[in-house]
Amino acid sequence: MNAKLTRRRFIKGVIFVGAAASSGAGFYLASAANRPAGGVERLITLNINGRSRRVDVMPQETLAHTLRYKLGLTGTKLGCNRGECGACTVLIDDVTNYACSTLTHMVKSRQVTTVEGLRAADGTLHPVQQAFIEELSPQCGFCTPGQIMATVSLLKSNPRPSRDEARKALSGNLCRCGAYDHYLNGVMRASGQLS
Amino acid sequence: MPSYDNMPEMELYQPVQIQDAVSLAARLAERGWLVGGGQDTYGWIKDRAKRPEALIDLTGIESMRGIRETADGIEIGALTTLTEIHSNDMIRSQYGVLAEAAEAVASPQIRNVGTLAGNVSQDVRCWYYRRGLQCYRAGGNLCYADTPEGQNREHALFNASRCVAVTPSDTGPALVALEATMVINSESGERTVAAEDFFVGPDVDIENPTVLRSGEILTAVRIPAKWANADYFYEKVADRNVWDFALVSLASVMRIEGGNIADSRMVCGAVECTPRRLTAVESAVRGMPRNKATADSVAGMASEGARPLNFNHFKMPLMDNLVERSLTA
Repeated sequence: MNAKLTRRRFIKGVIFVGAAASSGAGFYLASAANRPAGGVERLITLNINGRSRRVDVMPQETLAHTLRYKLGLTGTKLGCNRGECGACTVLIDDVTNYACSTLTHMVKSRQVTTVEGLRAADGTLHPVQQAFIEELSPQCGFCTPGQIMATVSLLKSNPRPSRDEARKALSGNLCRCGAYDHYLNGVMRASGQLS
Repeated sequence: MPSYDNMPEMELYQPVQIQDAVSLAARLAERGWLVGGGQDTYGWIKDRAKRPEALIDLTGIESMRGIRETADGIEIGALTTLTEIHSNDMIRSQYGVLAEAAEAVASPQIRNVGTLAGNVSQDVRCWYYRRGLQCYRAGGNLCYADTPEGQNREHALFNASRCVAVTPSDTGPALVALEATMVINSESGERTVAAEDFFVGPDVDIENPTVLRSGEILTAVRIPAKWANADYFYEKVADRNVWDFALVSLASVMRIEGGNIADSRMVCGAVECTPRRLTAVESAVRGMPRNKATADSVAGMASEGARPLNFNHFKMPLMDNLVERSLTA
């Protein structure tokens, strides 16, 4: 075995290779200009939770991937990654979408809201978040960000929904703990229909 | 090993004019893939079961959005979402069968991005095919579903030809019932196809469930005023009320004159590769009142001629019962 290959050297080497690979992205961007007209630029500006974020996005990248792994917004969960569970639900222009089944390049000129964007500047929780806590809506909590986003969207268009309307609005969000009724209690409390 | 959570590298084009999209589609041909809402697209690509080299994102083309009144009915842009369709007042009041069909699709989030064009041109859901197996539809020479142990409870009752997959579209039967016309653009211009002829079975083309060919883009759907404000019935039966595809669905429109059915169109979804018109039932109920006695007189007619597979016999009574409900509702 090569005595000079210490653990420290190996790790340094890996980091160096990583740096070289990311500077390679510069070449990639430069060559993008030679592509046929209409192909997307990778470096784009997104509007996330009211802030402009510059980010390097692959053409085939999903919004869930960008949010979690490039912007550190891990409140958006990936459950199935196939649009079949709702854990990745975010708002795009106030409408619910599955972030796992949306290309980041498709939301360039839109307003994206994730669960991180709900609380007020002073840290006060959004009324839906507070209501879900008071009603003990989550059990394990993995589907909760998605349930919250679906509820926030519902209450924007329908501030006092019936329980049935709420059930329908949250029907695109699975909860494997089966805490559906607790979430519906949370929706009723958030809309001021429970005291 | 590829990560099945990420898609492999592809080009992405975002045209904002139909002309640009059409020339991209023509230039890329088989290497390109049209994306609207993308809900039928990303699964194929994440699973590596289909590998387009470039995506053509149509969602920036504003002229393909919206619902307009025309001299004879309405025109719905191809990119209009299913949510926009089922919440549109004009469609709800005049073409209720389409509003109900659009509302029956998948889940709220999918309806928020899923488009009308995508719903009618989505590929079939046979799980052997979706898994990427080399079946007839994928260009191979066998069918995995129509075998003694093949899991085929969701498959076809009628007109199977090698492939036994069914149409997954919920809006398709409603559009066929309403006698809609599909507007298709390509580099050689515009052509229109009746909704009934838009869907094709495996005997005509085993690899494509519609007449759309590479280089062609479905840009709008026109619905004539003929069935506006007609009596209608829509029901979709599925294992789950959300996300799931239909086991059997029925869209019907009826013109009632003097208490009797003067004319009707009844179309079943998910029983063959195309929406299936129940022409025998339509002519049998002509001139009869819409009631239980009429329903009884056509009992069993809808499923006549069905050739069930090992596990889908239950779809026959489903069809017949939906027709009964449609006539007594």
